[in-house]
Amino acid sequence: MVTEVRSAGGTGSEGGVRAPNIEAPESRHESWGRFPRVNHAGVIRLTSLADLPDLGTIEGDILPFGYGRSYGDSCLNDGGVLLDATGLNRLIEFDDELGVLRCEAGVMLADILKVIMPRGWFLPTTPGTKYVSVGGAIANDVHGKNHHVAGTFGANVTRFELLRSDGSRLVCSPSENAEMFSATIGGLGLTGLILWADFRLRAISGPYIQMEQIPFGSLDEFFDVSADSDKHYEYTMSWVDCLAVGHHLGRGLFMRGNHSWQCAIPGKDWRPKERFTVPFSLPSFALNNLTVRAFNAVNYRSQYLMTKRGTVPYDGFFYPLDVVSHWNRIYCSDGFLQYQCVVPFVADRSAIKDLFSTISSSGQGSFLAVLKTFGNRQSPGLLSFPRPGVTLALDFAHRGERTLELLNRLDEIVVAAGGAVYPAKDARMSGDVFRHSFPRWEEFLQYRDVRFSSSFWRRVTDAAA
Amino acid sequence: MKILILGATSTIAHETAKCFAADSAELFLVGRDAPRLRALASDLTARGAKRVEVIAADLAQIDGHPALVSHAVESLGGIDAALVAHGTLGDQAASQADVQETLRQFTTNATSYISLLTLIANHMEERRTGCIAVISSVAGERGRGSNYVYGAAKSAVTQFASGLRARMAKCGIAVVTIKPGVVDTPMTSGIKKGPLTAKAEKVGRRIYVAMLKGEDVVYTPWFWGPIMLVIRTIPEGIFKKTKL
Ligand SMILES: Cc1cc2nc3c(=O)[nH]c(=O)nc-3n(C[C@H](O)[C@H](O)[C@H](O)COP(=O)(O)OP(=O)(O)OC[C@H]3O[C@@H](n4cnc5c(N)ncnc54)[C@H](O)[C@@H]3O)c2cc1C
Ligand SMILES: NC(=O)c1ccc[n+]([C@@H]2O[C@H](COP(=O)([O-])OP(=O)(O)OC[C@H]3O[C@@H](n4cnc5c(N)ncnc54)[C@H](OP(=O)(O)O)[C@@H]3O)[C@@H](O)[C@H]2O)c1
Repeated sequence: MVTEVRSAGGTGSEGGVRAPNIEAPESRHESWGRFPRVNHAGVIRLTSLADLPDLGTIEGDILPFGYGRSYGDSCLNDGGVLLDATGLNRLIEFDDELGVLRCEAGVMLADILKVIMPRGWFLPTTPGTKYVSVGGAIANDVHGKNHHVAGTFGANVTRFELLRSDGSRLVCSPSENAEMFSATIGGLGLTGLILWADFRLRAISGPYIQMEQIPFGSLDEFFDVSADSDKHYEYTMSWVDCLAVGHHLGRGLFMRGNHSWQCAIPGKDWRPKERFTVPFSLPSFALNNLTVRAFNAVNYRSQYLMTKRGTVPYDGFFYPLDVVSHWNRIYCSDGFLQYQCVVPFVADRSAIKDLFSTISSSGQGSFLAVLKTFGNRQSPGLLSFPRPGVTLALDFAHRGERTLELLNRLDEIVVAAGGAVYPAKDARMSGDVFRHSFPRWEEFLQYRDVRFSSSFWRRVTDAAA
Repeated sequence: MKILILGATSTIAHETAKCFAADSAELFLVGRDAPRLRALASDLTARGAKRVEVIAADLAQIDGHPALVSHAVESLGGIDAALVAHGTLGDQAASQADVQETLRQFTTNATSYISLLTLIANHMEERRTGCIAVISSVAGERGRGSNYVYGAAKSAVTQFASGLRARMAKCGIAVVTIKPGVVDTPMTSGIKKGPLTAKAEKVGRRIYVAMLKGEDVVYTPWFWGPIMLVIRTIPEGIFKKTKL
């Protein structure tokens, strides 16, 4: 066992629990969409599992915080205190025979990749950025391009330990504190602080992805390519051209890939490139530059495009946006809104078509959206977002009421179709939409730590009373 | 990486296997000489291979191929890359004198390749990544009076591989045709060595690189590319009078 169970009320000595040291928030304690802006009462930096604060003595609501890669307000706690978990950044044990990693909850996925890749392992699944923590990946039960094969991140977590505000420490797994295990996966950081976690890795031969890009001319074609690809390819996702209307509606580029067999290819360097940082907020005319970049990256040339194949380093395949750090500053200082939803598979595909026609006729929104199918592999998470269906993600410059009204219209289509809106990317959904999206929310209430809350949580539950 | 090598006792194939062993690959070796295969297994394990399995089989026995390939697939848990390397230079005079001998040579050098490549390709198709390499020869580019039985068999291999490459490209699997010139190995022990004779080590490593990169057709050493370009353009009327 790596950690022993201790109770609250100890001294500040090794292995005890100390009164928390509350510091002022820094600029990084904001969310990725930079909207909303909130005022935190303070931040407690966690530095070691052997030196944890007594959460019971903290005044006000508390919320764990990772690298702030959530877009909206689910990682924010207006007026309350953040528990900055990024100092819990140690690996604890790596079984490279079985492919199981145990690490502290603040460890970044990027850091894990550096260690496991050279030894023949990869993450069980990864979101579109590697700058997220293991704790954040569990709390939002994140998904990746391989959801149809691997399920969510939480579906690959086998065990973790939770620190509650009453000082108790619960080791949770499908067989110990199983309900708390389910509530914490996708639990939005509200069930307590995750201290460490065990999760399964995926064996690979090397750092390359063998990929294909296939143009499709309509949403129906997307569904055909998707059904075929999900059988043979571990990673699938598409870019869709949101500016296309009429019979071009839903045209785009399908990307699919598998881990390539080679452990190294002479002359093909795969190590991630140096990052370029956007130093400060750019004026609004720079808006959409990033999506233009992503657009160019996939070399989109509408109908003239042919299927392309190649063996590419994994980093560019999984993390095209990570090349520019803090690219969110490209958006004007008013911030931006992401929107991600999932709608169940239905024969007539009308919901997904309605979403696209509503977006393209509004003239708002990025001109690229990401479309992907979610598979059947169920996550243990009570409030897990992914479910069988099609997920759509895109961003919008925040242009006030006009933008909010459009997003409300999208919500209506999603709710009517029995779908869900993703909290990790949300700053504005109503309590009603949340409750329709997550029908088990009431069951969740009994597992929530009453001292834990977030701006998001208050927003979607306060009106419920 | 899980690599299947057919004709693993070949000097050239052994050099390629050494490169994969250094990458900690898992190897499945097929040859017809069991003691030599065991010696190869020890050698490649000592050089870093994660695992080496061997099986002795005469590859001219085509009926045995399906079981052989299935066995390799099961044992490795899937094949990432395969190298087909076995071959005999044959005795042209003996083949001319005896049709059965000609057909035996053709079985070893051509028919057995066609059978193995089909079986391997059908297994790999579903994996959507991988590589199949075959050792053909510059001798397959033109039928020469001095060894056209061997040349015709290599020519069949080259053309078969070309078509297979087009088929497999659709599922992301590279088919690599290797065309060595004269290489200093037991196969060429009866042939006079000249300045163009290559070392097996160099050719073996070149095959390894071509497999990793998924190249199409590789002349090794490289100068055989331009040489064969010239040889291919010589009109037949002139070519038939040469002593090649
Ligand atoms: C470019 C980009 C691409 C993305 N792509 C995807 C994608 O493909 N799929 C996807 O699912 N998401 C995606 N996301 C969203 C991102 O993966 C999630 O928001 C993730 O949870 C962020 O992790 P974080 O460490 O930054 O956590 P934060 O954003 O800081 O926090 C997220 C949540 O985790 C909780 N939390 C953090 N640490 C702990 C802990 N130790 N214990 C308990 N709770 C904790 C917080 O309270 C909060 O509720 C993307 C984000 C970006 C910026
Ligand atoms: N050397 C050259 O100049 C040259 C040039 C161009 C192409 N090539 C090709 O390169 C390949 C490798 O040859 P090499 O130069 O490395 O010669 P090598 O060392 O003599 O290897 C040939 C191998 O093939 C094996 N083999 C032959 N018939 C077999 C059968 N029926 N079943 C199983 N194994 C069989 C031989 O096994 P045994 O030892 O048990 O007989 C031998 O190990 C061959 O395809 C050859 O045609 C060679």
